[in-house]
Amino acid sequence: MIDWLVSPLESEFVVRALGELLLLAVLAGTLGVWIVLRGMSYGAESLAHGMLPGLVLAALAGIPLAAGGLGGLVVAALAIALVGRVPRLDPDVAVSVIVTSLLGVGVLLALSPRTPAGLGALLFGDVLAVTDGDLLLTGAVCAATAAALALLHGGLLVVGFDPLGAGALGRGAGRYDAVLAVLLALATLAAVQALGSLLVVAMLVGPAATARLTCRRVGPMMITAGLIAAVSSVAGMYLSYYAETGAGASVACVIAAAYAVVLGARSAIDTARRRGGRGLLAPRGSEARA
Amino acid sequence: MIDARATAEQRTYERTVLVDADALAATYPGARVPALSSVTFRVHSGERVAVLGPNGGGKSTLFRILTGELGSSYGTLELPRGRVALVPQTDRSRLDFPVSALDVALMGAVARLPWYRRPARSDRELARLSLARVGLAGEAGTSFGDLSGGQRQRVLVARALVQDARLLALDEPFSGLDTPSAELLEELLADLAAEGRGVLMATHDLEQAWAADLVLCLNRVQLAFGTPATALTREVIERTYGSAIVPIDGSRAVLPPHHHGADQSEPNPRGGFYRGGRAR
Repeated sequence: MIDWLVSPLESEFVVRALGELLLLAVLAGTLGVWIVLRGMSYGAESLAHGMLPGLVLAALAGIPLAAGGLGGLVVAALAIALVGRVPRLDPDVAVSVIVTSLLGVGVLLALSPRTPAGLGALLFGDVLAVTDGDLLLTGAVCAATAAALALLHGGLLVVGFDPLGAGALGRGAGRYDAVLAVLLALATLAAVQALGSLLVVAMLVGPAATARLTCRRVGPMMITAGLIAAVSSVAGMYLSYYAETGAGASVACVIAAAYAVVLGARSAIDTARRRGGRGLLAPRGSEARA
Repeated sequence: MIDARATAEQRTYERTVLVDADALAATYPGARVPALSSVTFRVHSGERVAVLGPNGGGKSTLFRILTGELGSSYGTLELPRGRVALVPQTDRSRLDFPVSALDVALMGAVARLPWYRRPARSDRELARLSLARVGLAGEAGTSFGDLSGGQRQRVLVARALVQDARLLALDEPFSGLDTPSAELLEELLADLAAEGRGVLMATHDLEQAWAADLVLCLNRVQLAFGTPATALTREVIERTYGSAIVPIDGSRAVLPPHHHGADQSEPNPRGGFYRGGRAR
C-alpha cells in the first residue's frame, strides 16, 4: 500500500506536476470562487479558448508560451469588443462566434501535419513537463491573486450581493469585475502550460462550482473549493500514473466527477426536504421564517 | 401605528438640518433631458418624509443623488451631517448569495472605509449592535436568503446604521411585506426618527404619505413639498400620478403601480388598492 502511494512520487516529473497543481488549487479556491459568484464562468472559458491561436503561434515561433497567450488574449478581447458593436447582435453571440473561430484557428494550426509534434499539448496541457519557470510564474500569480482578493474582499462581497446597489455604497461593480477579469487572464496564462487551453476552465471553475452547492458562506466556500481542487489534483495524478491516462485530463475528470456526485447528493437532499423531511434534513433557519 | 406628532414633541435631540436641496436637477449620462429637476426641500433630524411619485418619476434618481452615486447637473445640495445611506428593496439583492445577516450588516462598514481596509473588530461589534437595534440579534448567523422579507428589510436598515448615516433613504420598504412585518418596520422607522435620524421613504402609497411628517411629490419635477395636509391636494396627486387616478366605489383611488413587474405577483398587504385619503 505504502509502495503504491510512494512509487509515483519517486519521479521528479510527478512531484513537480503535483506542486504546480497544488498552486493552481490555491487559485481555484480563491479566484475561482469569485468567478463563480460573479457569474463569470463563461468569460473564463472564452478567455482560455480564445488565446489558443496565440499559444500555437508562440510555440511555432519559439517564444515563451505566456507571451503568445497574452497576445492571443489581447486579440480575442479586441475582436469581441469589435463584434460586440455590430447592431442587433447579442453580446453572448458575439463572444461565442469569436471564441469558436479562434479556437478553430488554433486547433487547425496545432493539429496540422506540418507543425512539429507536441503542439497538441497546448490543447490539453502537459503537466508533467512544467519547468521551474512555470512553477515560479504560477507561484507569483498565486501570491498576487491572493493579496489582491484579500484587499478587495469587502468590496467584492458588496458587489456580489447586490451589483446594482453597490454604487450607493461607493463600490461600483465595474471596477471589481475589471480586476477579476485581469486576475482571470493571469491565472489562465499561468495554468495553460499544465492544463492546456481546453482544461484550464475545469480547474478554475469546477471546484468552486462544487463548493457553491454545499457552502453557505464565502470563507468556507473558498476552503472547500481549494480542498476539492487539491484532492482532485492528487487523485487525478495517481489515476494518470496507474491507468496511464493523460495527467491534465485525469485531474479534470476527477473534478467533474466530484461536481456530479455533489450535485446528485444536493438534489436528493433537496427533494427529501421538499417532501416534508424534518430533523437533520430540515433547512437551516426554517424556524426563523415569519 | 405611532403618531408622528407625539414623538416629535418628545424629542430630546438637537434639531439640525440633514439635507438642504435647492433647485436640484440631474441628468443621466447620454440623456438630453434631466430625469429630475427643480427639487427644493429641507429635511431636519427627526423628520419622516414620504417621497411620492410614479415609476420613473425620479424617486430613485433623487436617492442616487443623495448617496453620491449620481452627480447633480444643476442646483445645490448640502448634506451637513454626511452622506445618506440607501436601504434598497430586498428583492434586488441576490438571495442565494452566501452571506449571513451579520455579513450584510457589516457591508455598511465597508462603505465608509477606503477600498484597501478591512472591517475591524469594532466594526463587527457595531454590526451586531445594529442587528440588535432592528430586533434581529438572534439572527446574526442566519443566511440572508433564509430570512423573511421583513427581516431582510430590517437587516438592510441595520446596514445603513453601520454606515453611520444620520439620514436613511428607503426604497419602497413596505412593498411585499405582510402586515405584522410592516408594523414592525414602521415602529422601527418611528424609533429611528425619534432618536434624531431623518427618514426618507419612497412610496406609491398615499396612506403612508398621510402618516409621514412631510411629503415630497415628484413626477420628473418637484410638484409639492410640505406637510401631508398642505401637499396632498387633489391637483398635486393627479399631477403626481398622471392619468392613473380612477374613481372606484365613488371615492378616488390610485391604481396600484406595476412596479418592476415583480409586484404583480405579490398582493399588496394593505388591500390591493392605495386609497387616497381614506383615513381622513
